[in-house]
Amino acid sequence: MFKYLFAKGDDIPRGTAAVYFGISSIIWFVIGTGLGSFNAAKLAFPDFVTGSEFFSFGHMRQVHVMAVIFGWISMAFAMAMMYITPALGNTKLWSEKLGVWNCFLWNVGLSLALCLLWAGISSGREYSDFPWFIDIYVLAFIGIPLGLNVWMTVIKRRTQGIYTTNWFFAGAVFMVWIVLFVGNLPEYFQLTGLTEAYLTWWFAHNVLGLWITPVAAAIAYYTVPKITGNPLYSHRIGHLHFWSVVVFYSTPAAHHLMSSPLPEWLKSFASVEGVLILVPAIAFVSNLILTMTGKWHYFVDNVETKFTMTGVLLAIPLNMQGGFQQTRAINWYIHGTGWIVAHAHLALLGFSTFLEASAVYYGLQTIMRRKLYSLALANFHFWFLLIGFCTYWISMTIAGLIQGAAKIYEVPYIDTVIAEHPYMIARWVGGTMVFTGNCVWLYNMWMTAREGTLIPEGRLPHELAYER
Amino acid sequence: MAFREYKIGARMFGLALGGSMMITLYMPSLDIVKVGSTEYGVRKSLSFGRVGGFSLEDPFLRGWSKPKTVLLKKDPRTGAAMDPTYAYVYEPGVRFTSSIPHPRILGVGVKDLSLEKGHINEAREAEGAVFLVQEGRYEGKKYPYIENATATRNWTPDVVLSSVKDSDIQKIGSGKIMFVREGCWWCHTLLPEETQDWQVFGAPPALGDFNSETPTAFGSDRKAPDLLHIGSRNSSREWMMMHFFNPRLVQPHSIMPRFDYLWGEKDASGNRIDYDKWRADYNAYTAGERVYPPDVPVPAQDSDARMLIDFILSLK
Ligand code: HEC
Repeated sequence: MFKYLFAKGDDIPRGTAAVYFGISSIIWFVIGTGLGSFNAAKLAFPDFVTGSEFFSFGHMRQVHVMAVIFGWISMAFAMAMMYITPALGNTKLWSEKLGVWNCFLWNVGLSLALCLLWAGISSGREYSDFPWFIDIYVLAFIGIPLGLNVWMTVIKRRTQGIYTTNWFFAGAVFMVWIVLFVGNLPEYFQLTGLTEAYLTWWFAHNVLGLWITPVAAAIAYYTVPKITGNPLYSHRIGHLHFWSVVVFYSTPAAHHLMSSPLPEWLKSFASVEGVLILVPAIAFVSNLILTMTGKWHYFVDNVETKFTMTGVLLAIPLNMQGGFQQTRAINWYIHGTGWIVAHAHLALLGFSTFLEASAVYYGLQTIMRRKLYSLALANFHFWFLLIGFCTYWISMTIAGLIQGAAKIYEVPYIDTVIAEHPYMIARWVGGTMVFTGNCVWLYNMWMTAREGTLIPEGRLPHELAYER
Repeated sequence: MAFREYKIGARMFGLALGGSMMITLYMPSLDIVKVGSTEYGVRKSLSFGRVGGFSLEDPFLRGWSKPKTVLLKKDPRTGAAMDPTYAYVYEPGVRFTSSIPHPRILGVGVKDLSLEKGHINEAREAEGAVFLVQEGRYEGKKYPYIENATATRNWTPDVVLSSVKDSDIQKIGSGKIMFVREGCWWCHTLLPEETQDWQVFGAPPALGDFNSETPTAFGSDRKAPDLLHIGSRNSSREWMMMHFFNPRLVQPHSIMPRFDYLWGEKDASGNRIDYDKWRADYNAYTAGERVYPPDVPVPAQDSDARMLIDFILSLK
């Protein structure tokens, strides 16, 4: 990587930035899920590794969250943008060198930021935990270069129209700038009180709604038609999805604070808008399921489609939960319980991770022009991810319902803790399976880069047969 | 510019996103700026100081540059007896909570009284100041307000601090830093819910309880009891001490981590704390080889544990 930082732009092979982003994202995924599994062990067995602040739950929990959001998910997005945007514009990436620098600064900045968080140097605001100088770094050296590259590539495209995926990419990189800036205003300008509380959740909601969800969905709009060869079922529905994300997904931030003293109108408004999130969700899922018509055998035969469609299908429970759990009728029961933790993992580890994994699998093979090293290992990864995730999701949902009941019947809190214990163990087992699967993935990708069969010019990776 | 054909789209995008920001950012802010601070809110923010998380005055989150909350039973200048009163002491150089330089945060009435009767605009960070919370009338209604006792009564920080015993000084602001740094808020919330929590965890907060406080650290994932009113449920320093050192001493089924490392090197009487020995003894106790668990050392006056306990017990 370092050799390209100061190379002449033209000397850098096409796709270099995407490869670096792809490999980095997998490494961060392994780190992030490893931390997650460690944290889960601490919740099941509190005296597992104790006596040092660096292995204390409160010091590690946010490192896990930020490593998967900024390391795994967002870097996988960057990798997807670096190869899909030019591919759809029938052109090359605007600046490969900017891409390489972007990846370098991203890894350096994130490592530093996570070390600080680990030491407890935090702003104390959930999801915007980084202190403000890191927030500025994230915007200036991570968000802006990425967005610039995507926008310039779209502008310099050599196609007439802009495909749905690129609408999403370009829209999301722009929206995430706004989110990163506005969401951190309380730290830049010392805003206090309810304003700070509300903006914290405004940020948390919009990072998910205007960055993670639309970009993950955009990946599916690319990989499914590309691999199956079916054209997208409907561009109109794709645009309905895009516009309803912009209009509806950007508004319900206050539904995270339903039982706090915010203005009542704001909570009611957020709750109604929250149900309307079902509009983009249904548009997305139905569009892709209809695109698969006649090609469902790919769901079994082809690993990338398996990942993509699992992600798409997981969007159904995700949005059904998401749309309704924030209404007052349901929120009072499950707010603050493990149910929400389960839901958050359904969004990030279920829906979005499967889509990003498909992009990274497919993208790395395409750019490196090497066929995946081993189908068996990829299937191992898939099933460990899926079963691990489901174990996690189901056990945390049950734990959440127990907590909800305990909250309403006002049992002494310690009884809740005791009742949750078996589910905490299940959660740890699930998390550890995910981590194991990812280690295998890292190995598989490494071997693909070194020993995968070369893909001849003019062929696509999924057209070749697997060898292992 | 190849975006020509997307002009309408780009404008629609601006309109849609702008409209959404207008409703979710601008309109709520109009409501939120109107919120007047409650007495509880005023006291809380005076005891916490400017920031509860990362800040330039406390970059490593060690609890630097935070005010001290002092329980006064007699007038620090004259020594005359007075009703027990909390004074919020900002030593020279300690950053004031935001409502002192920006009284607007306090809301109508509270702001006006604090300026007119409380003289908070005369407070200077470089010289330090002592604040009290009083109650007054503004346009016929009752409001709490902040009194700058350095200006009104000539109580300087060192006069106040030297007039009381150490046990009457609480480092609540520094304790809040510990709360944020140690990630207590990943398990505990500071927000009893409006719907369900009245009986067990106490009243949910009011609109004006947060003015001038940052971060609010509500917490979202409740793996443990809400702590907003913990000081009223359990005010035992002894219990807190044992519970933080090792929660399993008082609550065998707890999943709370041990925070023994917050005790630092030495205990209150200056003796080294031998953690290895303590843990070995404790293991012997859990294995049934000892009848009693080892004694928990009393935290030193300037230890992180002491600050944290001050903070927790202040949550009434
Ligand atoms: C892993 C999650 C976790 C973390 C982190 C955690 N706690 Fe706890 N805490 C618990 C649980 C579970 C209980 C309930 C059982 C018990 O009393 O120990 C509890 C109980 C308490 C209680 C007693 C509450 C009551 O109603 O009696 C206090 C006070 C407390 N914790 C303070 C803290 C502080 C301060 C921190 C940070 C330094 C902290 N906790 C960090 C899980 C946690």
